[in-house]
Amino acid sequence: MKLFEYQGKQLFEKYNISVPKGRLVKGEKDFSDLDFPCVLKAQVPIGGRGKAGGIKSANDVKDAKEKLLQVLGMDIKGFKVTKVLAEEKVGIKKELYLSITLDRSKRMSLIMASGQGGMDIESVPDELIFKEWVNPLIGVQQFNIRTILTKLKLGKEEGKEVAQIISKIYRLFREYDCELVEINPLIISSDGSAMALDSKVIINDDSLYRHLDITVENEELTDLEKEAKEKGIAFIQLGGNIGVIANGAGLTMATLDALNHFKGDGGVFLDLGGTDDPEKVKQAFELMKKAKPNVIFLNLFGGITKCDTVAKGVKAVITKEGIDIPVITRIKGMNEGAAKDILKDAGLITATTLQDAAQKSSDLAGGK
Amino acid sequence: MAIFVDEKNKVVVQGATGHQGVFHIGEMLGFGTKVVAGVTPGKAGQEVHGVPIFNNTNDAVVETGADTSLVLVPARFAKDAVFEALDAGVKTVVAITENIPFHDAMEFVHYAKYKDAVLIGPNCPGIASPGKTKIGILPGSIFKKGNVGVASRSGTLTYEIVNSLSEKDIGQSTCVGLGGDPIIGTTFIDALDAFEKDKETKAVVLVGEIGGAAEEDAAEHIIEHIDKPVFAFIAGRTAPPGKRMGHAGAIIARGKGTAKSKIKAFEKADVKIAQFPTDIADLVEKYS
Repeated sequence: MKLFEYQGKQLFEKYNISVPKGRLVKGEKDFSDLDFPCVLKAQVPIGGRGKAGGIKSANDVKDAKEKLLQVLGMDIKGFKVTKVLAEEKVGIKKELYLSITLDRSKRMSLIMASGQGGMDIESVPDELIFKEWVNPLIGVQQFNIRTILTKLKLGKEEGKEVAQIISKIYRLFREYDCELVEINPLIISSDGSAMALDSKVIINDDSLYRHLDITVENEELTDLEKEAKEKGIAFIQLGGNIGVIANGAGLTMATLDALNHFKGDGGVFLDLGGTDDPEKVKQAFELMKKAKPNVIFLNLFGGITKCDTVAKGVKAVITKEGIDIPVITRIKGMNEGAAKDILKDAGLITATTLQDAAQKSSDLAGGK
Repeated sequence: MAIFVDEKNKVVVQGATGHQGVFHIGEMLGFGTKVVAGVTPGKAGQEVHGVPIFNNTNDAVVETGADTSLVLVPARFAKDAVFEALDAGVKTVVAITENIPFHDAMEFVHYAKYKDAVLIGPNCPGIASPGKTKIGILPGSIFKKGNVGVASRSGTLTYEIVNSLSEKDIGQSTCVGLGGDPIIGTTFIDALDAFEKDKETKAVVLVGEIGGAAEEDAAEHIIEHIDKPVFAFIAGRTAPPGKRMGHAGAIIARGKGTAKSKIKAFEKADVKIAQFPTDIADLVEKYS
């Protein structure tokens, strides 16, 4: 889960990492204890808000009030701004980049630092980004930090400041099960102290059960995606008009790919997982109906889950609830013959191969 | 021969008395797997399909000589279970559990390395060497003994592919589910090295998907170290960036991990790519 900047900064403060003085602002009175000039920053879970006009400077309360009204309610790449963070401006001597993330190939934490702070790290040339890997069994050590500091070519006092920040964000990264902790820019202020001007923190969803102090805000999910998540169904809304129900993430992805091959356009990714529980099958179809695709494509491989058990579940839902969307089914594996008979009996279109089913679904949906 | 596991492995199942545990102990015994013990704290003295249950993994290892563990415990207890197995001296751990916090996985992956043990998973269906053993939740009925090695990041999709191989009378030496998480123990590279050395394996099938750089890493490794023919399927060619496609590891993040990049890397390594999962069988038939 991506935290908002202000939430990330609350965590920074918990770990004694300095951030500019600021607060979430709703109206004029919220500025009473802030000094001007200050910066108003839209809180959205996506990058590029500066270019989209989501960051504005204000010189006094009147100015701030006007700018606040401009930013609140703004649409930034599909995200409506409902929260604005106001912060006092800070004098900047130097801008750095610092992050810790996961290196999937090495299976270690990866610290990245650069003297080119403040810009998108993707646009910084590789030779200007310094990397240091941390073995999870020993944690970040002084030698890791020394290696980075040497490459950053910082002064002695600046180096001490940054060294402390590296230790602190590593602790935060581990203790809060983060996928990413990024400070960009990490500044050396005019008084020589290090301070985080921005925060980007992503917490691993699988670990949220042990971080109950974090408010879960699924700002990135659609309403149906939220509903599915509550029911424990992997469900993703995409742009197209064909609803895919399959079992297993890999097979669901492969089904979407097959549709695309036949100029079909997947609109929903629904992974039934390993279940043949009729109740789950029912919930899946209900969600799918709400998403209103032109066609539903059910693609199942029965291994441990038996094809006929799932087919019975599907038939029960369809005969009971009725369905006015064409359903194409392709079912393979354990007891597939019996399953096909059941599905045909329920009035569904059955296909033998994935290709055949994908072609039929794409044609029925009317292409892209 | 086969890779990682064969008929000699003596398996202890951690999380043996739950619904999944009981069902899969039965399935494994039916496949011919030597399941020698189960572990559920507080349930020592019970039996599941005639397999004795112990309170902890160490007792199970001491009493039965188990050398391989199958981890079926819920996510929040999984790290503890893997550490327990490794400290009990088990040399192969197969972790099926899904939704394990990846920081936990990072720790036990490195601990397994330190203990010189093979860790398969987490979030995987397990491993099967047809005719010898099956350790995990893969459906036994799809396999056929033979000479193709399969390594995959997916579950059902692998069953689909293995089934289509078997239908064409193309048998398998070992099929290993590596897992759909961002952090896994055994990688494509580990599996490729083992298949390259295995006399029984004549060709290798890799089933990859979007996210991370495991396929790109594997492609580079194939160029340098693998002589046997390799075939691949990549799922997620149409997945949009930034969306997690069901598996925790299946996400195109910051422009990295696209199917396009993986296919390109494999093509450079002379790996034949299938357009549809079931096409793999045709490719293998044609080229090996």
